[in-house]
Amino acid sequence: MIKMLSGNEAVARGMWEAGVMVASGYPGTPSTEILENYARFPNVYAEWAPNEKVALDVAIGAAYAGRRGMALMKHVGLNVAADSFMYASMTGLEAGLVIITADDPAMHSSQNEQDNRTFAKFGRVPCLEPSDSQEAKNMVAAAFELSERFDTPVMLRLTTRVCHSMSAVELGERLEPATEVKPFPRNPSKYVMVPGNAIKRHPIIEQRMEDIAAFAETFPHNRVEPGSLSLGIVTAGIAYQYAREVFPDAAILKLGMTWPLPERMIRQFAASVDRLIVVEELDPFLEEAIRLLGIAVEGKSIFPLLGELDPRQVRESAVQAGLLPESAHVARPSLDLGPLPARPPALCPGCPHRPTFYILNKLKVPVNGDIGCYTLGLLPPLSAIHTCGCMGAGIGVAHGAAQAGSPERHVAVIGDSTFFHSGIPPLINVVYNQSPVVTIILDNRITGMTGHQENPGTGHTLLGEQAPVIQIEPLVRALGVQHVRTIPSLDVAAIEATLKEYIKLDAPSVLIVEEPCALLPDVRKRWLPLEVLADQCNGCTLCFRIGCPAILKSDELDEKTKRPRALIDASLCTGCEVCAQVCPRSAIPFKPTEMEGAEV
Amino acid sequence: MKETINFLLAGVGGQGTILASDVLVNVGLAAGYEAKQAEVHGMSQRGGSVTSAVRWGRKVHSPLVGAGEVDVLLAFEKLEALRNLVQVRPEAAVVINNQVIEPLTVISGDQVYPSDEVLKQAFARVTSHVEYVDGEAIAASLGNHRAANVVLLGALSALMERDGLSGPGLGAETWLAVISERVPQKYVELNRRAFQAGREAVGRN
Repeated sequence: MIKMLSGNEAVARGMWEAGVMVASGYPGTPSTEILENYARFPNVYAEWAPNEKVALDVAIGAAYAGRRGMALMKHVGLNVAADSFMYASMTGLEAGLVIITADDPAMHSSQNEQDNRTFAKFGRVPCLEPSDSQEAKNMVAAAFELSERFDTPVMLRLTTRVCHSMSAVELGERLEPATEVKPFPRNPSKYVMVPGNAIKRHPIIEQRMEDIAAFAETFPHNRVEPGSLSLGIVTAGIAYQYAREVFPDAAILKLGMTWPLPERMIRQFAASVDRLIVVEELDPFLEEAIRLLGIAVEGKSIFPLLGELDPRQVRESAVQAGLLPESAHVARPSLDLGPLPARPPALCPGCPHRPTFYILNKLKVPVNGDIGCYTLGLLPPLSAIHTCGCMGAGIGVAHGAAQAGSPERHVAVIGDSTFFHSGIPPLINVVYNQSPVVTIILDNRITGMTGHQENPGTGHTLLGEQAPVIQIEPLVRALGVQHVRTIPSLDVAAIEATLKEYIKLDAPSVLIVEEPCALLPDVRKRWLPLEVLADQCNGCTLCFRIGCPAILKSDELDEKTKRPRALIDASLCTGCEVCAQVCPRSAIPFKPTEMEGAEV
Repeated sequence: MKETINFLLAGVGGQGTILASDVLVNVGLAAGYEAKQAEVHGMSQRGGSVTSAVRWGRKVHSPLVGAGEVDVLLAFEKLEALRNLVQVRPEAAVVINNQVIEPLTVISGDQVYPSDEVLKQAFARVTSHVEYVDGEAIAASLGNHRAANVVLLGALSALMERDGLSGPGLGAETWLAVISERVPQKYVELNRRAFQAGREAVGRN
């Protein structure tokens, strides 16, 4: 059966076919839909872990227990899981262990574009790279076979354009896992990495990589596509598709395993062509490894180091380098349109994060932010995020700035899922080492940016089962924070009053603002657009300062001020009433409430 | 049909470009072509500019389409149409939804939304195959403005037939079958009517 699948759907299918028993991950674009799709197959166990390190430990535990385990994350997730990645390489396992890293060249939805192939080399772990959905599915099985044959974790590296591209996939059968689970191994010399054992494991790991390199010579996903011998191209992953398209006649060495490399295959291929180039995205990973073999090769001298490739980029670079004739150049329409209005992403209409940033902007305090939808609080007119590096960073950065004597009171903002991910240890640090940092936990009852995933605070698991709700306020109190308050996210005055109080304190404080994401299905049902009373609005512009995409400038000018009045786009407005709260002239009436009727 | 057809869909996060490109890639597959699609999820979906690429052909390698190689542009919003004009080939087939979604940079008064004159003149310099469609108004007249993306797909199918970009297996029924598989049962009839209304809208202006 042939089906059109995204790379992520194909990996999920491959996991099911390969009989994966335990899959654990943390949501992160472009990897998120793999686990969501996998969870829909019958008789599988899949979970969202609080962070990637926990996810990898869980997958390792399953693999130690003799069941195929998988950990799934975006590229920067592997930074969080790096400690576990390194010990898993040292111990090996009882059943297959595969780690998905979904890299994001061009940073469509990430803070960097790190190339995680370097992690494979660093950790002595083989790396497979599919170039379309069919390979993405097939390589899951290949990765597990490799893992079990060589007693090693295997990295399956995807990139955005593999994850989020659709192509046809021939489906296969499921390899049914054994029904019995073996007793857990008691093998401390292999699984307890005290120095005495680790020293003995290290040479085994180095030998393993040599054995895998020898295996790579005949690994079916490493293949030569014959062609004209004047140009030979070594390539892998999505870059293969661009190379194949732009150089239909060239000989290509297509590597499905990009670490370790098949030395003999590369030498033979290089010797068979006049000129050898590497087409790869991001780092010159293959290029440098080939050059270390003493082979003359070009790569980043022709193709860009930064961002992602596409057929045009590959073609234009090749024309410039003389690999293709000038006639291969494709002209683009030459237009003199001037700068078009930018359309950056924005907090959605009705977003419960908006009032917090409106007040932070008003208070003019330095704000150390974190990763999530709320990072968009950096954009004008809210302009209230001043640092954001990675998940869990904001609270620690705020504490460090405070201890350095930064003259203003620092505020850290973090989301609910991110707080569970890596916000708790830095908050412990704020309490333990006492800094007057104000931490705001923006609890929108869901993992928002990646498209509504359950988390430890939502009361449901990935498989749709009921779960205990981890309560944030008692948790924060248990850490020893004395000043803690939970208030509704859309209550502008309460947020302002609490923050004004907290930034005067000389002790750690935590404000939890709570309101479900406006895009959640139950919340959508309650949407009720507001209206501007044109005769009451004088165009004072205060409501524009909350940065709501539903509030427009009307064509109508106020007679006195000559400024445009506000206008609400009813197709976008959710009725969150934040604009109604900031309007000084009551020109935006609040929704009628059932409570008022009851009181009469 | 040509050896390959490169589509680009452009719009604003939340407008339904992903569903439309999912339909398009599956129409290609149903008509017997190799078909690929590429899109971006994540941060840009929060009201930012979004594009997705679809390619049909006898053999398709890259899921992405290079700038200057777009044969068919389906723009869900006027500013996004203009932003992606540099992607198209001369004489490309273009469907533009007559929808304006002002970005915050315009609402704040920092930048000016381009006029219809600017839009039409710019496109006229590149291609004579442009159709402007009132997707939202047509969908609203059928009872649900959210069916605008299917109105646009209907218009696209008619435009492709008119401009000789269609081929065997690409009749309206193929499109409708793919669309029907992707919408809840209770909306199938609405979407059939939306698709037909889109087809009829082509050439009306």
